[in-house]
Amino acid sequence: MTIVDPGAAAAAVSVGDAPSSEELGEARPLRADVWRRFRRNRLAMLGLGFLVLLVLAAVFAPLVTPYGIKERSAEFRAGPSADHWFGTDAVGRDVYSRVVFGARVSLRIGIVATALSVVIGVVVGAAAGFFGGWADTLISRLVDVFLAIPYVVLAVAIATVLGRSENTVILVLGFTGWMAMSRIVRASFLSLRNLEYVEAARALGFSRRRIMFRHILPNAVQPVIVYATIAVGTAILTEAALSYLNVGPQDPTPAWGLMVSQGKGLLSNAPHMLFFPGGAIVLTVLAFVFVGDGLRDALDPKLK
Amino acid sequence: MTSYIIRRLLLIIPTVFFALSFLFFIFFALPGDPASLIAGGADRVVDQGVVERINERYGLDDPLLVQFKDYWARTLQWDLGESYLDRRSVNDILGEKAVNSVRLGLWAIIIEVVVGISVGVLSALRRYSLGDRFTTIVTAAASAVPPFVLGFLLQYLFAVQPHKQGWPEWAQLHTSGLGPDTWTFFFVPTGDQWRYLVLPAVTLACVSTALAARMTRGSMLEVLRADYMRTALAKGLSERQVVVRHGLRNAMLPVVTLIGIDFGTVIGAAVLTETTFSWPGLGSEIADSVGSRDLPVLLGLTLAVVLAFALINLVVDVSYAFFDPRIRLGKGEPA
Amino acid sequence: MAHVTAPPPARRTGTDVLLSVRGLRAGFPTDDGVVQAVDGVSFDVARGEVLAIVGESGSGKSVTAMSVLGLQPTLEVTEGEIVWKGEDLLTAGEERRRAVRGKEIAMIFQDPLTALNPVHTVGRQIAEMAHIHEGLGRRPALERAVEMLDLVGIPEPRKRAAMYPHEFSGGMRQRAMIAMAITCRPDLLIADEPTTALDVTVQAQVLEVLVGIKDEIDSAIILITHDLGVVAGLADRVMVMYAGRPVEKGTTAEIFYETRHPYTLGLLASLPRLDDVGDEALVPIVGSPPSLIRKPSGCAFHPRCRFARVPGSCESDDPTLRLVAGDAHLAACHYAEELATVTVESLRSGVDVAGEGELADLQVPATVYRPGAEPEADAVVADVAVTEAVAHPGVVERAEPGAPGRWPVDEPAGEPAADGEVTP
Repeated sequence: MTIVDPGAAAAAVSVGDAPSSEELGEARPLRADVWRRFRRNRLAMLGLGFLVLLVLAAVFAPLVTPYGIKERSAEFRAGPSADHWFGTDAVGRDVYSRVVFGARVSLRIGIVATALSVVIGVVVGAAAGFFGGWADTLISRLVDVFLAIPYVVLAVAIATVLGRSENTVILVLGFTGWMAMSRIVRASFLSLRNLEYVEAARALGFSRRRIMFRHILPNAVQPVIVYATIAVGTAILTEAALSYLNVGPQDPTPAWGLMVSQGKGLLSNAPHMLFFPGGAIVLTVLAFVFVGDGLRDALDPKLK
Repeated sequence: MTSYIIRRLLLIIPTVFFALSFLFFIFFALPGDPASLIAGGADRVVDQGVVERINERYGLDDPLLVQFKDYWARTLQWDLGESYLDRRSVNDILGEKAVNSVRLGLWAIIIEVVVGISVGVLSALRRYSLGDRFTTIVTAAASAVPPFVLGFLLQYLFAVQPHKQGWPEWAQLHTSGLGPDTWTFFFVPTGDQWRYLVLPAVTLACVSTALAARMTRGSMLEVLRADYMRTALAKGLSERQVVVRHGLRNAMLPVVTLIGIDFGTVIGAAVLTETTFSWPGLGSEIADSVGSRDLPVLLGLTLAVVLAFALINLVVDVSYAFFDPRIRLGKGEPA
Repeated sequence: MAHVTAPPPARRTGTDVLLSVRGLRAGFPTDDGVVQAVDGVSFDVARGEVLAIVGESGSGKSVTAMSVLGLQPTLEVTEGEIVWKGEDLLTAGEERRRAVRGKEIAMIFQDPLTALNPVHTVGRQIAEMAHIHEGLGRRPALERAVEMLDLVGIPEPRKRAAMYPHEFSGGMRQRAMIAMAITCRPDLLIADEPTTALDVTVQAQVLEVLVGIKDEIDSAIILITHDLGVVAGLADRVMVMYAGRPVEKGTTAEIFYETRHPYTLGLLASLPRLDDVGDEALVPIVGSPPSLIRKPSGCAFHPRCRFARVPGSCESDDPTLRLVAGDAHLAACHYAEELATVTVESLRSGVDVAGEGELADLQVPATVYRPGAEPEADAVVADVAVTEAVAHPGVVERAEPGAPGRWPVDEPAGEPAADGEVTP
């Protein structure tokens, strides 16, 4: 029997040396099949539809909003009306416009922070899983140390010291969010590294780097994609929490969490100030969770 | 069993050491020195005179390593320092606030375990039923709701509205504060206390409960397919007996681990929940100290939280061993 | 391990029929159609008798046994009756069926590691049997468990009863499983591949225990296996199943020495003979079992049958199970009479070298075979299949009877002879 290049089977599409989640997302064959299964999941489709709308709204925010984010009117804390669909806030700004512009903040922070944590997590997890031995032990211990500090507390601590801005929040989320990712990648590696085709590649004298990037990583991609999708939602959730605790972006920035915190004492007089930005957080996070769940089921029908 | 506990105990010492040292360096070694933080935070213009006075008073001019050594020397004697603001001892603050947090957290965990596990089990047993589908959606949704949004929603529905509508007094729950602070058996509210407790407890429990329910459902579904369940059925047990006697304990194994790991989330949620309900616990104190840049308080309370977290994980590990004889007898790792 | 050697002891022609299965049809409804796992099965088991049901995985042998006890919730029995001591279990209430399970009909499962509950002691699991059916209290039930462990030859039974399944070796676990099954001295034991998951060296011991127990408590046994070697030493009668149907039934001697069905011949020819030092070639049955949703036309075995006449009756007509010799030797083959002249030996000498050439010519499917999979689903597993093919050249089908356990196994399980796997 002739020996088939195992790489041909394992890595259908070549993958760059510094993979990003989007790039890896392309690396799976049979996309049509995944899409067919994904489409059958109603919740996931609903989530996807919402996200598409949200992205469009964020991109074209100036076109779909009647007011600017700093524009003030004479009405303070007014409830929803024809002029102000979501009402106005304590200084007379249009809540609807601010919520729409807020999508830009949330999506930007959520996606960039997740990309950062994916890169860190994949590199660290891959190193731990591939090299094993002392490298694995060291990295696992390091992750344990980070996990020993409750996530929100750690994020709050770092944000306090670095000061308040969008970039700080991205850094904080990126550097605190990679642990779960690295564990997933590590687990994939551990389960894959001893499989026959990897051993075959090793026996054929392929370099470790080549084996790692061409043969193992593409197989660890699925859980990473699924996790990353859900992680964007989690990042948005944490960003909202940091904003709510006043360690996120500062006032004129229409961060949803910050808007909720600004409505804090006004629950009985102006509940719309809390519920519209709050609802935006919930729907967005939920959409990412549903899409992530749908992706997982579509990518791995055996799990269902 | 004893050696297992000792092994686990030894393992958390370095973890806690590095975690706390890491926090120390974040606060005292990163750009933006603590004194100017105290004097106004990283984003504000700082009066140099104030900075110098603070540096002098708190020994911040010492080399970092000396500060680090001092920090550990004090920490090991359980001296957590004092507040920059009012010179109150952090130990005192901790003692006063921790009790409230523990009570709230205890109730959240009771809700999580009781509601989460029973919903998960029922959902698994009636897979694909209407109730199961509903549960799946609700638990997914619950994990997407930040505690502060849920908190405000509950406040609106169960406190603000009843108050406006003039419902009977017992049906009006309270939105903030600790209340009369009356308890029996340490954690059971008496008198009016429950009207202050129930909303924050439910809010705090929400995310973890949803997670526990999902996890239990998944784990139970797996167990239901297990060979030993079929064996039990072949013995002549009823389906109910099979589930109760042979399924539950096996299904609980991964859930126990989850509840431990998830405790970090509970702590995070506690910061948000306590802030939202002005519940005077560690969480709201941490949030306050962030607001006022009170580093010793923030660091001291964080330290306590990290320690508690580590100990709880230890307890969970040990109880896991209790549930699973394979671990108890020192064979293999948790599946 | 028992070999194909001496004929079994004279058949005990008990007239006292315990279990009578009549025209049983059962299947699993799936999105792609009903998987017709059992498609018209009838057999009797008399008191004290050992009936072996033989076939590859997917032949319906296990499902037949499961349906007797009603242990497959997703299985739908569409036709037939299962008469136990004169009472149809299919129409009996759940209460009654539960009383039968364990007490009158007990089951021994294939993989004792996964079939025993990991979080309870072995003693407790055995005691539970006595507790449910005889209302014994905790202490007496445990005493009974110790007694049973002793009976199946486990040393220091009292100490062992307090231990957990993972502390037992594979053979010990299966003994414990047997001990559990016989606790209430059932009239019928159903043993589903009782030795398949075990190390070769302990298979014989466990079989010995099973034989000994049978004499001790005088129960009938239904032995489900793919291994004709196990059958030879133990069974009185044999039923060979293929694609959900019995294809040959008879006494063990008839099945082994007067084989009347090509499939049975194939099973026998693929069996290694340890007593035979000659270098006779083993003859594999090529291909894999058919889809149970869309079975081949005519005789379900014809695509794999070396004697099939295609085009001809084998392709067009479904053969019925009919009397072919003696007073109870039945076979479902159009040419059963002609097979009287074919023996395993002639089959083997007939192929020897040609065997390999024949194999090479075969159109071995490149994808992993999955019963009930739609063609488009094949595409999904294609990449897996290629890597697997690289890893195991020549392995056509990899049936996994017990997936690897969730916890480490403390002894080499041996290469689990995958149910019906035919490797060259």
